[in-house]
This record gives sequence, structure tokens and C-alpha cells, in this order.
Amino acid sequence: MCLGVPMQVKEISGNVARCEIDGVKREASLMMLEDVEVGDFVLIHAGFAIEKLDPDQAEETLAMFRAILSEGGGPT
Amino acid sequence: MSFGTEYRDPQVARRYLERLAQHTAGRTAPITLMEVCGTHTMAIYQHGIRGLLPPGIRLVSGPGCPVCVTPVSYIDRAVALARRPGTIIATFGDMIRVPGSSSSLLLEQAGGAQVRIVYSTLDALALARKNPQQQIVFLGVGFETTAPTIAGAITTAQAEGLTNFFVLCAHKTMPAPMAALTADPELKVDAYLCPAHVSAIIGADAYRFLAEDRHIPCVVTGFEPLDILQGIDMAVEQILHNVARVDIQYRRFVKPEGNRKAQALLGEVFEPCDAEWRGLGMIPGSGLRLRPEFSSFDAETALTIMVEPAREQPGCRCGAILKGQITPKDCPLFGKMCTPENPVGACMVSSEGTCAAEYKYGSN
Repeated sequence: MCLGVPMQVKEISGNVARCEIDGVKREASLMMLEDVEVGDFVLIHAGFAIEKLDPDQAEETLAMFRAILSEGGGPT
Repeated sequence: MSFGTEYRDPQVARRYLERLAQHTAGRTAPITLMEVCGTHTMAIYQHGIRGLLPPGIRLVSGPGCPVCVTPVSYIDRAVALARRPGTIIATFGDMIRVPGSSSSLLLEQAGGAQVRIVYSTLDALALARKNPQQQIVFLGVGFETTAPTIAGAITTAQAEGLTNFFVLCAHKTMPAPMAALTADPELKVDAYLCPAHVSAIIGADAYRFLAEDRHIPCVVTGFEPLDILQGIDMAVEQILHNVARVDIQYRRFVKPEGNRKAQALLGEVFEPCDAEWRGLGMIPGSGLRLRPEFSSFDAETALTIMVEPAREQPGCRCGAILKGQITPKDCPLFGKMCTPENPVGACMVSSEGTCAAEYKYGSN
């Protein structure tokens, strides 16, 4: 029930964002967020944007994935 | 940015699994982690993660499926409301097949009751605007991820002066049952994988008392397969170093303090109350009820009906499954009398119930 889908904000009109991911489009309420801009990624849950993606933190997680991969099969 | 591939790279998954195997080799007792959230349970089954983990790590499912922990008495009240003339029940899809004491919303719908599945509370509001002569009752079930969306609908209804929108409220909050499980001597959990999207709202700091007072490591973990493996790796690290703190694996969406605006919306509309959890019983302060100033939206008090006395299904072991004490295959009804087509207990109904996940993705 707590499923959330990250989508990119394409357009904002009042408190409603038109969002898109992989060609899927949805409107979401921005009632729970502040300072959302077109181009931001937001997490959509049941028609509401509940959090903004932090791109720096996302990159940090991906960097950790790359790091563990580069450790190869050797002992850790 | 792609969310489909970056968090699903099998090579990275293999490395995490190798590392977990090295770190747990030679331990005499397995490490037991509880994934608290039903969405985690589903993702773990879907990606076959249980079967990939080394024997030194055991995952048990927790009580984090909102539909599964909703007591039978709530379903009975929803059924009674569905029978009430002029009433439309609006609900998320999972709820309609949950068996009550003698009926379900699906059976009522087949008998002519108006039961509508909606994707969002905003859809329920649209129903209320479109049907001013009818009373729309939204089934308010869910944790802190979902409860603010109900709060948002109620404040919107109030601002618009909608008087035919009601909520039958059974919201529950997350850290309390984790504390209750920790106190249960029958259940040994070495660390918690904390829910992803509940934590986006309440913040990772909400679990600090579990780490600091009860010495249970907590890792707020995302729902993608690599999120889950990294979360397990972070939990195992804490256990091996004999420390207990709250780590956030899912940093891209979860902050220590959470979403303050959503918290304010929750606090404006709801107040904490004691709540009954199916399987776990009454847990003080673990529920949300509407504040008195919003009582005109409360279906329980505003719409009077007779409700039949609640009766649990005999033989159903959902309670023990929700506490992580047994697995679905230990239940005598599992896969025989109780299937997704004909569920006896809520854990088989909800798409994120442990029994439904085991039935769909389990090994046998």
C-alpha cells in the first residue's frame, strides 16, 4: 500500500503537478511539498507528491554500487 | 535518470551477496532481520532475495501491511455502511476482498451495494462532488505514507464546504508496533529494515528510540532490489560491529527529520489513539483518529448503523504470521482452504500480504 513511484515534474499549475516517467503521465497534488520546480523528480503516492528526490544523495548511492562492483571478487 | 536499471544491476547484487556470505560465514546462529513493511515483503519475494541470501541471514516479515492488520470489526462496519441506502464506499482496491465476519465488500457489491475502487482520496472527493445526494465513505486505511493523503482530502472537503464526504478511519502509525514486537520474548529480531515511504514522511529519527533504548539496529531501506541488498548489508555491518543506530540507505528520498509539511497536515487533522492490530492486539498510541473539530467527516460517528459482532475465521494464523512467528507454510489453511482466489485471512488478500507473496512467488 505504501508504493510510491518517482516521476518527473513537467508542468505546474497551482497546487497540481503534471508528472511523467517512461511515457506514463499523471497529475499529482503538491499539497505536501514546498519549492517544487519543473524538472524535479518527486515521489508519487496515491495522487500526492510526498517527497522530492535528492539528486546528490541518489548519485552517492549509485557511486557506492559502482564502488562495490570495482572491488571485484577479492576479499573484503 | 532511470529508476528501472540502476537499482537492479545483477552484478552489483552478486557482489553484495558475496560480501554478505563472507561476513556471516562461520557464525553459529543466523542473523534475523525483520522487513517491517509489506511493500518490502512483496519486493523481496518478487526478486527472489530470500533464496539468494546466505544461510547465515534470515528475513522475517513484519506487520507492515495495512490491510492485513485491519481488524475484522472494521470490515464489518464497512460492510454495514455499504448496505446503508444512499451510501457509496470508496476504497483502495485491496480492501474489497477482505472477509469480514459474514460478508465482504466484494459480496456486498455483487448484491448491489455501491463500492468503488479509487486510486487516490482525490478521486473520492470527485465522487462526492459528482454525487451530492449520496454519502461518500472513504475507507481510511494505511500508515503514515497514506494518512496525509486522507488529511489532505479532508481539509480540501472542508475548504469546499463538501458535506457528503466521510472517512471511516483505521489509520495506524509505524514505530509503535516495532517497539511492541521488540518486547515480545518469542520473537528474536537482530535488526529492522525500516519502511521506505513511511520514513519519507516521519523521518528516520522516529526510530532512534529503538536503536538507542532497545539496542536494535535500524536501516531505512528503499524498495528496489539493490536498495534492499544494501540495506541488509548495512544492518549486518551494525550487528557485526555490535552497534545500534539508525542508518538511512534510502537517502534519495528519506531525511532524518522527514517531511515536515506532511507531518503538519497529519497533526492538523488527526490525533494519536490506541489501536487494535490484527494479530498484535491493542497497542497504545499506535493509531490515528480525526480531531474533534473534524468529527463531521467521521463516518463512525456521523453515520449511524448497526454492526454485527466480530468473529475471526477459525484456523486462520494471520496473527502469528504478522508477528513473524510462523511462515505461511506453517498455516494449515495456506494454499488449501486459503488461496488468493478464495482468501480466508487478510494476509492472503492484500497484494503485499506475506501469504499472497508466498503463494505467488514462493518456492513450491
